[in-house]
Amino acid sequence: MPIVVNGQSFETDEEGYLTNRNDWNEDLAKEMAKVDNCALSDSHWEVINFLREYYDEYQIAPAVRVLTKAIGKKLGPDKGNSKYLYELFPYGPAKQACKYAGLPKPTGCV
Amino acid sequence: MNETTGGVEMDEEVSGVVKKFLYVNRKAPYGTIYALESLEVVLIAAAFDQDVSLVFMDDGVYQLAKGQHTKSINVKNFSPTYRALEGYDIEKLYVEKESMDARGLTAADLIVPVTMLSTAEMADLMESQDVVLSF
Repeated sequence: MPIVVNGQSFETDEEGYLTNRNDWNEDLAKEMAKVDNCALSDSHWEVINFLREYYDEYQIAPAVRVLTKAIGKKLGPDKGNSKYLYELFPYGPAKQACKYAGLPKPTGCV
Repeated sequence: MNETTGGVEMDEEVSGVVKKFLYVNRKAPYGTIYALESLEVVLIAAAFDQDVSLVFMDDGVYQLAKGQHTKSINVKNFSPTYRALEGYDIEKLYVEKESMDARGLTAADLIVPVTMLSTAEMADLMESQDVVLSF
């Protein structure tokens, strides 16, 4: 199901993950979030940008446990915990944030 | 598996038996799907908090070689993902010395830190495992 942003159409898989990671831009992320009734705050962007950097470095989307630990290391323990991340991304921090970041679904997620 | 399976909450509630898992990688990184499939299985299984070791031998040592350029064969270079294993608490990586020597490779040619074992030591390592999965 393609997603349309600024008059341009982008291909996604059946769960809404972007097919081509290079298509990604910030407006696209906002539009994906809007579909889920989620307005992206600076805190959301912090996680989304972190995921994009993680993918650039390791070529995978991290599992939620690994994401939580890595966020804690980089942004401090008040952000590197499940409660904080699930409040931001109630559909699952790895799953939902990866979608907005234009990454594939984390390996091992159903 | 869903996201909570790998979550912290789960770890506190459920503590099962920890077994020793060894993944043996023997094939070159590209040309067959074995190397990538093995890596994905390892990443998925990491959620279960088991005692995991990875072995690279025969052409499998090439999976860890630096400088993999895959553009011209039109597949993704997944070698950077081996560097993410540490974040998944998978830190026991072994390569077989004989396989390295036969291919003119040294530890400096690899993208991650490894422990070098002789064929005999490798046999002992395999003997000490509960589960050995070969790819």
